Amino acid sequence: MLARARAGRATLLIAPTGAGKTLAGFLPSLVELADPAKRPKMSLTARGVRRKGIHTLYVSPLKALAVDVARNLEQPIAEMGLAISVETRTGDTPAHKRQRQKYDPPDILMTTPEQVALLVASPEALDLFGSLKRVVFDELHSLVTSKRGDLLALGLARLRRLAPDLVAVGLSATVKDPNELAAWLVAQNPGAARAEAEIVTAPAGAPPEIRILEPADPEGWRIPWAGHLAVHAMPAVLAAIETAKTAIVFVNTRAQAELVFQELWRINEKNLRIALHHGSLDVAQRRRVEAAMAAGGGPGGLDAVVATSTLDLGIDWGDVDLVIHVGAPKGASRLAQRIGRANHRLDEPSRALLVPANRFEVLECEAAIEANSAGAQDTPPIRSGALDVLAQHVLGRAVAAPFDDDDLYEEVISSLPYRDLTRASFDRVVDFVATGGYALRSYERYARIRRTKDGTWRVANPQVAQTWRLNVGTIVEMPMLKVRLVSKLSGPVARMGGRILGEMEEYFFETLTSGDTFLFGGEVLRFVGIRENEALVARAAGKDPRIPSYWGGKFPLSTHLAERVRGLLADPASWKALPGQVREWLDLQRLHSRLPRPGELMVETFPRGGRWYMVAYAFEGRLAHQTLGMLLTRRMERLGLRPLGFVCNDYALGVWAASDLGAAFARRRPSLDELFDEDMLGDDLEAWLDDSALLKRTFRNCAIIAGLVERRHPGKEKSGRQMTIATDLVWDVLRTHQPDHVLIEATRADAAAGLLDIRRLADMLARVKAHIAHERLPRISPLAVPIMLEIGRESVPGSAEEAMLREAAEDLLAEATGR
Amino acid sequence: MSAATPLRTPGDAIRLLDEELVALASGGAWWPAERTLIVADLHFEKGSSFARRGALIPPYDTAATLHRLAAAIAATDPVRVISLGDAFHDGFGPERMSEEDRARLAALRSGREWIWIAGNHDSEARGDVGGVRVEEIAIGALTFRHEPRRGATGEIAGHLHPAARVRVAAGTVRRHCFAGDGRRLILPAFGAYAGGLDVTGRAFAGLFETARLTVHLIGEERVHRFPAESIVGARISPGGTARPRASRS
Repeated sequence: MLARARAGRATLLIAPTGAGKTLAGFLPSLVELADPAKRPKMSLTARGVRRKGIHTLYVSPLKALAVDVARNLEQPIAEMGLAISVETRTGDTPAHKRQRQKYDPPDILMTTPEQVALLVASPEALDLFGSLKRVVFDELHSLVTSKRGDLLALGLARLRRLAPDLVAVGLSATVKDPNELAAWLVAQNPGAARAEAEIVTAPAGAPPEIRILEPADPEGWRIPWAGHLAVHAMPAVLAAIETAKTAIVFVNTRAQAELVFQELWRINEKNLRIALHHGSLDVAQRRRVEAAMAAGGGPGGLDAVVATSTLDLGIDWGDVDLVIHVGAPKGASRLAQRIGRANHRLDEPSRALLVPANRFEVLECEAAIEANSAGAQDTPPIRSGALDVLAQHVLGRAVAAPFDDDDLYEEVISSLPYRDLTRASFDRVVDFVATGGYALRSYERYARIRRTKDGTWRVANPQVAQTWRLNVGTIVEMPMLKVRLVSKLSGPVARMGGRILGEMEEYFFETLTSGDTFLFGGEVLRFVGIRENEALVARAAGKDPRIPSYWGGKFPLSTHLAERVRGLLADPASWKALPGQVREWLDLQRLHSRLPRPGELMVETFPRGGRWYMVAYAFEGRLAHQTLGMLLTRRMERLGLRPLGFVCNDYALGVWAASDLGAAFARRRPSLDELFDEDMLGDDLEAWLDDSALLKRTFRNCAIIAGLVERRHPGKEKSGRQMTIATDLVWDVLRTHQPDHVLIEATRADAAAGLLDIRRLADMLARVKAHIAHERLPRISPLAVPIMLEIGRESVPGSAEEAMLREAAEDLLAEATGR
Repeated sequence: MSAATPLRTPGDAIRLLDEELVALASGGAWWPAERTLIVADLHFEKGSSFARRGALIPPYDTAATLHRLAAAIAATDPVRVISLGDAFHDGFGPERMSEEDRARLAALRSGREWIWIAGNHDSEARGDVGGVRVEEIAIGALTFRHEPRRGATGEIAGHLHPAARVRVAAGTVRRHCFAGDGRRLILPAFGAYAGGLDVTGRAFAGLFETARLTVHLIGEERVHRFPAESIVGARISPGGTARPRASRS
């Protein structure tokens, strides 16, 4: 590492957690800074002040991680008696300190991607970064797969211009394609072969010991057919916690975290110290839990913490010696990362216990263990840069100083994500930033940036810069409401001044009625009402919340794991590793229907309760299934098959109809090949997408990131509610009047890449073409039971809304009119 | 289409005092007896109003709103059109309106009586877009004004942009809506960029007799009627009074 740094070469260091990779990343900086001859010289700045710039910049995806790493670095610096200053700068840093850092920066600055964007756009950028020698990106694998990574890549391209000798260092967990990450770190020269940093891979530690939880005796609990909560397994989870010094109980969603936490405490007779950690809880509360985790299993510490992905990254806690994963792992790399949170000594294996919540999840857990022992990775590929992020960056460059567009284009395409950006796209983005990019050129007089006589672009007025600074960043949160606990309603007046418990999505509360109960922060709460930007709640007496508040798994099953699950199903010889109950279930399926064969899409049809059902075992993850369900039901509607609704999980899609689907497919009216034809991704997709809530949400994100509309700032909403404009309405107008607008392009690109998994769906439809097998059954099959149980638990999004509205209104009307 | 023909469907007839009106899926209300089309809160030039302050919202909203207005007029062929105020998003709106849009509006206006009721957004409107400007107007037993007035009966108003979230088979759906209790009718906002305000909000407190309130949600091609019991949500006013609500079925 040191040798490479001396040689001035960019490096990607790949190591499991606990290998000391973070400190390794700083070693060359410390060596250089300790040598007075190599320290940056004081220099005269543009304003005539003598000062030195930053030597090393450290960028972390998490504020807390930046703070912790700074602390860990200060210690050896103090011990070695070095005169090296280390400071952090995050959104939480007081304004006066941030101001001071601009004219008196530390040698080493630890910060976040958003602060990098702000700093490179500040007038002091050259003074701060002109003598920058190194930039260290921690947890790079997690940074590059989001729009945050795009913004950071553009920031890095800028830093390279400010400091041409800059050496970039990336620290990463194991990924599928390390060369891609290595390329992200260095300047690209479009047209030439991809440039890459050198890769250093730390030796892997001992392989982990991973076990699937199963009933100790065959007559023990039954593995549930459906659901995501694994309540049945909590006594065993509690017993496992007892065997550990400190355990992390990972779950996939906040709602799961709440329920698991509540259930563990319900049976926690020994009063094990179990805490809860998720993104909606109050920050102070989360910090307390993290501090207790740092104290380990000793006094003031914790025996376990139930956590969501908020603890996937971050500092290592020495005492964590067991990871319990409740629910499906969803991806091989994701599981590996989570397991790596236990035991940071390389010579000892990490211990993990997988707790599948239903039968399909058992298959998925088994597949994940196989993947893990094979060292398989399924991290997503690096994205191609988003246009909305580029728009934010372009305006930021004008905020910093007037820019020349030829020059900026060269800079932008030197970053990996924007390597293939065409000049035409770039120019459209600049046009968008200037006047909105509308074919109707009516906003010239309201331009945000204008081209001056010397050909450079500069901001039109200071408000533009101010607004830009307030809206920097790519993380767009759903509109949130603070959750405030009020004492019992005394008369009609809810008493003020209760404690804030955290915050939750506004849309969740909008669907509640006063008196509804739900789980939050480990308690059952009763919804009182919404007052301005707060949701008022009171403690509820009962134990059973009425609103299940299950938000579907955020992470869809990875393609890699799906492949392995399909393989497992098709190969009975491999079932030996599965629990007896799951084997029996699969045997029953063989008896009453059959198992999906490799390479085919199996579709079962059967009647039930006066309706006809179709279940397609596609194994492409919930998002792709949702898109497929929407498109299929549209087509079925048109073909007169009278679909009534659909439901999906990560493994299958179920559609129910008022006509005999099995008979229709048997008569080939339509054939399944016609029904699943790829052409559904054409007009139908367009038509549905344009109206889908998911796409509107995507548009909102793009519009905020690109600076079309402002974020909601805490405290400003009160008066601002009427001043804002609903992005859904803007979407409807823009797509009708200018369907080729740059933000519509950005929105569709997002949808195709991630949110709707359209690409994955397209791959699947192409793959199964002419390999769709129909099993017409007299009754429900064993394999269909889990998906059938999902019916009624999950809402049906999108165009079915209109049908439900009609149905509900007609039901009520019939009731009212006594028909 | 002539006046008293098949506009009426069971879901969208609205009775106000003794008058029969029809809630149209466009968001307008049709009063067959007077051959009058009523629309609320057009908010023309809202996009350019935002652009003026630095948010470059697409400038197509006026054209989009006019397009829908033209369709509603073509479907009903009214002798009179009443705009219930806030026809422009701000007082400078008429000056910013493009020549094309101005001509489109003039064409819609020609051959019929056109009444602009003043709203809070456009009370100081500059520039002339034709028609008659009034503060409010009474026709027969009905009074047309921008802001609903507490205690009034036979009133048709806008201003509040009513929307409601209702419970349906698999969740809830929120749409702009007509809200009425037989004595008062509040129209949804017609403008392409006009948002919605929940009828459970404090702005609506005291306007309707809850037991008789029905909301008529705007669907793609028709209007869906729901009773007060189907409405979801609870907003509390700063005074702390939870809104009176009917029991949940």
